[in-house]
Amino acid sequence: MSDGAYFQRDRQWHPPAYAPGYKTSVKRSPQAALISLNNTISEMTGPVFGHNMLGELDNDLVHNYAKPGESAIGQRIIVYGRVLDENGRGVPGALVEFWQANAGGRYRHKKETYLAPLDPNFGGCGRAITDDEGGYRFRTIQPGAYPWPNGVNDWRPAHIHFSVFGHAFAQRLITQMYFEGDPMIWQCPIVNTIPSREAVESLIAPLDMNNTIPMDARAYKFDIVLRGRRSTMFENRMEGN
Amino acid sequence: MQGLDQLKETASQTAGPYVHIGCVPNFCDITGVFPEDLGCRMVNEHTKGERITVRGRVFDGTGTPLRDALIEVWQADAEGLYPSPQEKRGMADPNFTGFGRSPGDMATGEYVFETVRPGTVPFIDGRPMAPHITFWVVARGINIGLHTRMYFPDDEEALKADPILMRIEHQVRVATLVAEKTGEAEYTFNIHLQGPKETIFFDI
Ligand SMILES: [Fe+3]
Repeated sequence: MSDGAYFQRDRQWHPPAYAPGYKTSVKRSPQAALISLNNTISEMTGPVFGHNMLGELDNDLVHNYAKPGESAIGQRIIVYGRVLDENGRGVPGALVEFWQANAGGRYRHKKETYLAPLDPNFGGCGRAITDDEGGYRFRTIQPGAYPWPNGVNDWRPAHIHFSVFGHAFAQRLITQMYFEGDPMIWQCPIVNTIPSREAVESLIAPLDMNNTIPMDARAYKFDIVLRGRRSTMFENRMEGN
Repeated sequence: MQGLDQLKETASQTAGPYVHIGCVPNFCDITGVFPEDLGCRMVNEHTKGERITVRGRVFDGTGTPLRDALIEVWQADAEGLYPSPQEKRGMADPNFTGFGRSPGDMATGEYVFETVRPGTVPFIDGRPMAPHITFWVVARGINIGLHTRMYFPDDEEALKADPILMRIEHQVRVATLVAEKTGEAEYTFNIHLQGPKETIFFDI
């Protein structure tokens, strides 16, 4: 039974706060060392979201912003996978939120300045709650790559942003999914904030022709791993507690 | 040698400048997809406890407020119970979510939560921790979400006896975790990412 503290985060695996190749991080990175804290109940609990909060089209970005009878423009894809913990167990009831640019690489946002056109039928957000095995899936269109102000010619590879709630606030995670075979991945200053190639590879979703829906949508698989927990069988306890 | 059969946690990436689209779409005018933004209401008319407003801004190393951050909070109810299945000490107030999410105002960067004053919750060894609200901050330029805590300035005795605050080496920094009382039932908690006033962030 794992109901103890969460495994410590491997800070060498995650991107460091200060990563000068990604210029915005320079003035937004704490400089003092983080203060290590054993998990208390404040971190080992977290909000839960029930399946009943979901609307029918929450996991269908092709249709959830489209006018009736219309759909978003772009290559249709299914993104599916499991939310697991570091012990390899599925995490049921995890809320997974996702957002992305449209097929042309343009976001629906006031502060977006890229010249690619908006798609009137694409909003760019969706969400799902994992099933008993930790599985989730959604339908969307393949997002486009887009340029961004960092270097004079930096481009983001096609990507989907993910926000994940597990069972504890200590597991809270935001990340991005990339697509197999995209040469832009290895040139991206944001991807390159991640120290190891192995950690980057874990953000790249493979194309899965077996789960592709013929004549409709291709499939990509993206598993997400949240922090795991220790067993409490031999954890320190105050005597008599 | 055998392997440990453990997986690595998925690497974090910045929430980017468009985190609103996925996390608070109604706030950024993407309407009709979700009925309301997640975490926009923590209390209702039946929630027990002392109503408070918590507001503040997040500042970068130049002292400029971030206008593209997303702030999440997680806290116990007025009795000190968390509305979570992991909470084994009792049943929290069903009219309190414990979870809030607020984007900074697009012009000023100010976040706001309407909530209740949290009760006392125990540390690992059973000693009381001073009442606090757990914060999580993400934004463009933040590569991995930042965890911190907000404490209340009127809890002087509890703050002195708090098992976490007591063992912080640089006691001069503890003040960065204590909100300012800026009105009747209103607290201001500014977060500084860098510089002489840098907020304490935790590796939890
Ligand atoms: Fe993006």
